[in-house]
Amino acid sequence: MLAGGQSLMPLLNFRLARPAHLIDINRIGGLDRIYERDGGVAVQALARHAGVEDSDLVARVCPLLRDAVRLVAHRVIRNRGTVCGSIAHSDPASELPAVLLALGGHVVARSSGGERRITADQLFTGMFETSIGPDELLVEAWFPRSPFPSAIYEESRRHGDFALAGVVRAGDRLALFGVAATPVLADPSDPGRGLQPSSDPEASPDFRLHLVRTLTEKAFAA
Amino acid sequence: MRVNGVDHEAPTDPRRLLSDHLRHDLRLTGTHVGCEHGVCGCCTVLFDGAPVRSCLMLAVQAEGHEVTTIEGMAADGAPLHPVQQAFHECHGLQCGFCTPGFVMSVVGLLAQHPEPTAQEVDEGIAGNLCRCTGYASIRRAVHRAAELSKK
Repeated sequence: MLAGGQSLMPLLNFRLARPAHLIDINRIGGLDRIYERDGGVAVQALARHAGVEDSDLVARVCPLLRDAVRLVAHRVIRNRGTVCGSIAHSDPASELPAVLLALGGHVVARSSGGERRITADQLFTGMFETSIGPDELLVEAWFPRSPFPSAIYEESRRHGDFALAGVVRAGDRLALFGVAATPVLADPSDPGRGLQPSSDPEASPDFRLHLVRTLTEKAFAA
Repeated sequence: MRVNGVDHEAPTDPRRLLSDHLRHDLRLTGTHVGCEHGVCGCCTVLFDGAPVRSCLMLAVQAEGHEVTTIEGMAADGAPLHPVQQAFHECHGLQCGFCTPGFVMSVVGLLAQHPEPTAQEVDEGIAGNLCRCTGYASIRRAVHRAAELSKK
């Protein structure tokens, strides 16, 4: 399923993904709206990151989402990439799945059989895996109004890179990203408990845990 | 698709990247290809006026849309585009490989922020990599481009 393509096209270019069929949804009309629903913000499948970043509605109702989108890659990538694509791709180091989880939002998946809502805690099933079925299209992500205070902090090697680790605070709730196969909810008083982050040349597990604790302190000091 | 104001047939190969289509089929080799995964920024073009990575789009997706490449910034013999002129004046390029991508990104940046702050300039060019000129002179070029664009 091809929307913004900012994650899928690199996989195709590297021949890491070789799908037999590719469906480009960009020509489907009326699927790029950002609108207020149920006290929160609904972002449809073809709404670009840049549109969400610039949206007055998002700034008013869910400024946490705007702050998070600004951490996604670079503006030129955000001109094309989509919020729903980031969520469906479900990269463990990605910001937006963690924001959806921290806020307790949901997505709407549609197939020929109808529509269903999948809450964030039921959505992320593994690394790059979600509970969206192969016959379903993620048509909309819904973000509740962000409570006060809310914050997102991450640490990356360079501005715009994937985060080594990051934290999202939404009121009393805390979600972490970059430290497990999926975004995870954590206890703000002991955010690293039970985590076994991966080790790679960028960061050791201990360093990732250190980042989580430090960034959580920063988020809850606000 | 319309490229630099000229209509072209869409490619027959659905797997053709926009970057490859511009370079190999339309012979618009000013658009450079560096990393092919969206990191280096060399292949940046304007898509309906906004900068995007041409290596992260299929050429067929551009059907019915307007693409502007570095060749479309100024006609042969005509004065340079203000962003090109600024890079020239401020020595914002050395080998020039990354330059077309920088120019397209800066056009987008100045459309969004006509009088960018130092931080907006840094963020605006953060998605483009330069490996020889150094970013100090490129930063100066962006501020100069903002001045020239006002005139």
